[in-house]
Amino acid sequence: MTEDGERGTDSEELRTRRRTDERGRIRVTGFDADRVRDRDPLSAWSERDGADGGTDGTNGGADDRWRRGLRRFRRNRSAMAALAVVAAMALVSLLARPVEVAGVVVQPFALAPYDPTTILYLSVDPSVSPYDPPSPRFPMGVDGAGRDLFSRVLVGGRYSISIGFVVVGLTASFGLVYGAISGYYGGVVDEVMMRVVDVVFAFPGLVLALAVVATLGGGYWQLVAAFSLFGWAGYARLVRGEVLSIAEREYVLAAKVIGARDRTVIRRHVAPNALSPLVVLASLDVGSVVIGVAALGFLGLGMDPSTAEWGTMLDATRETLIQGPGGEIPWWATVYPGGAIFVFVLAMNVIGDGVNDALDARETGVGRGGRGGREDRGDGRERGDDR
Amino acid sequence: MSLRRFVLRRALSVVPVLLGVSVVTFGLFHLTPGDPVSRLVALNPDVSAAEEARLRERWGLSGPVWRQYLAWLSNVLVGDFGREFRTGRAVSAIVWRRLPETLVLGLFGWVFAIAIAVPAGIYAAVNKGNLGDVASRVLALSGVSIPNFWLGLLLILVFSLYLGVFPVLPPSRLPLYHPETLRYLLLPGVTIGTAAAASLMRVMRTSMAEELNEEYVTAARARGLPERTVVFKHVLRNSLVSVVTLAATLTAGIVAGSVVVESVFNWPGLGSEFVRAIDRREIDVVMAITLVTAVAVVLANFLADVLYAVFDPRIRYD
Repeated sequence: MTEDGERGTDSEELRTRRRTDERGRIRVTGFDADRVRDRDPLSAWSERDGADGGTDGTNGGADDRWRRGLRRFRRNRSAMAALAVVAAMALVSLLARPVEVAGVVVQPFALAPYDPTTILYLSVDPSVSPYDPPSPRFPMGVDGAGRDLFSRVLVGGRYSISIGFVVVGLTASFGLVYGAISGYYGGVVDEVMMRVVDVVFAFPGLVLALAVVATLGGGYWQLVAAFSLFGWAGYARLVRGEVLSIAEREYVLAAKVIGARDRTVIRRHVAPNALSPLVVLASLDVGSVVIGVAALGFLGLGMDPSTAEWGTMLDATRETLIQGPGGEIPWWATVYPGGAIFVFVLAMNVIGDGVNDALDARETGVGRGGRGGREDRGDGRERGDDR
Repeated sequence: MSLRRFVLRRALSVVPVLLGVSVVTFGLFHLTPGDPVSRLVALNPDVSAAEEARLRERWGLSGPVWRQYLAWLSNVLVGDFGREFRTGRAVSAIVWRRLPETLVLGLFGWVFAIAIAVPAGIYAAVNKGNLGDVASRVLALSGVSIPNFWLGLLLILVFSLYLGVFPVLPPSRLPLYHPETLRYLLLPGVTIGTAAAASLMRVMRTSMAEELNEEYVTAARARGLPERTVVFKHVLRNSLVSVVTLAATLTAGIVAGSVVVESVFNWPGLGSEFVRAIDRREIDVVMAITLVTAVAVVLANFLADVLYAVFDPRIRYD
């Protein structure tokens, strides 16, 4: 490809030519210009970067990376399907029953046929009894207290899903700041801050959440607190590690050499690069928070026992299940609420994997023996298989 | 750095973490408004102030918080976790009786996880892209996503209620070493091990696949080694290193899982005792179990680091 390589093999030819008509010129043979133009760049750098950065004044290179990540994510069919599932579940739980804020109806739709707390045999139809099996009228059956399970499952997502996103938003932002400070300042500050993280890491998340709920009691914001108070440690450790390793890179040194200020270095080089693993972790974390919230509900320590929350609903079915077969086994009371949690968390994890594949810099970079060029041209599925 | 010095240094770094763990445990239950005594007193309006003070004295809840902490810590260090409010039983006795049950369950979960994950991970990495690989990846993803309490309920539903293969509950408490215990252990053990098995499998597959791309594998093949030797002797050993780093995280997951799974199956271990104690506001029991789990996780972390250093000597020269 290069002139060096060619000179070795064709030296004889070169010498003869040089003697005659092309004296003083380096002749390059075996160079296929089309092929080279087709190949994807090995790194995220391109000639446009400088120009872009000049015009919009911000980080052109980092924008480009996010745009490429987005493009790659869109090509990942299973991740897009999972995104659709999550969006649909969130939307359905929002539209399931009207939402009132201080007496004003904010959201008038009602997809769920009954109110999740209505006891059917008292106010709707006296012929309904607890644990009626699924029927066209009650597609998921009736629960132990005589409430419509379908309506309850639809509404149940409100708590788990919103707590999941709120907690991840809070913990990820706090962890980002904490980890960045720790990694940037280093020294004693870093040492002390990371020991604190070590301590938090010593407790399994669910045990701490249980302890917090044990002192604060159950409820929506108590659950948010239970998972936020200690959930940031993972982000802090991750960001700190990223910041440390990025600070060592040549491009940071280069930026400093040409006189960039610390603030610029952090904003343009350190932050964008530390952000993508953070986003990956956050997208994978939503699912585990949702499971944690449901687990607390299942243990009877989350929301109020009558609340239509997926985990709390399972708690109510547990007793009948343990007591064993008494006539027909009400499998629907167990299968549907738990299935809702499972589908949501599964979809969230598929999205997380997709984000990971789309943003993982190592897979596209030169670090893996230059295979990046080949892979980058391949479709999303090829990359997905690599995980 | 020699291995011995590495282990010693790492062991020393455990001490401040354990101290912090004790501070967090104590703080969680003592910095919130309303201590256990005021909660108890609120139930009975006839208690006089003098009696309340005596109660506080008795449960070590008088004086400034830091002095309470020091008193509590010095008691804990000699193995005294206090007494239950209601029954007056020693908390340490409760912990000691429940601990083996949880250990057996956790160990079973671990063994199950490794027995499933390592062969499946090897298979998936070697046969990358074929049907078995895809199937095992779907299974692993489901295993990571399934809530363990729901899995437990489903297992009870299918195997105990419909098929009647496994008993729902032990008829009476058997000693743990009794062979019959295994039958009762199977469902909760599988439930607790599934998440660990799934994440272990995912890591195993990724790291195996990565190692298989390394140059030394090509070199080994070029030397004419049979594929079997290449995979099991060279690749497996290197990819196990990343499994060891995951081990501590998974242990924490199993410990947290035991709280839920024991409640599902009414397994009489620390986890179900923990939930029961929270329900009854037995603060000393809750604190003792929180502390014990945290110490267990710290020790597991320590052990994983030591194993890591044994497998990968480069770590010691950090």
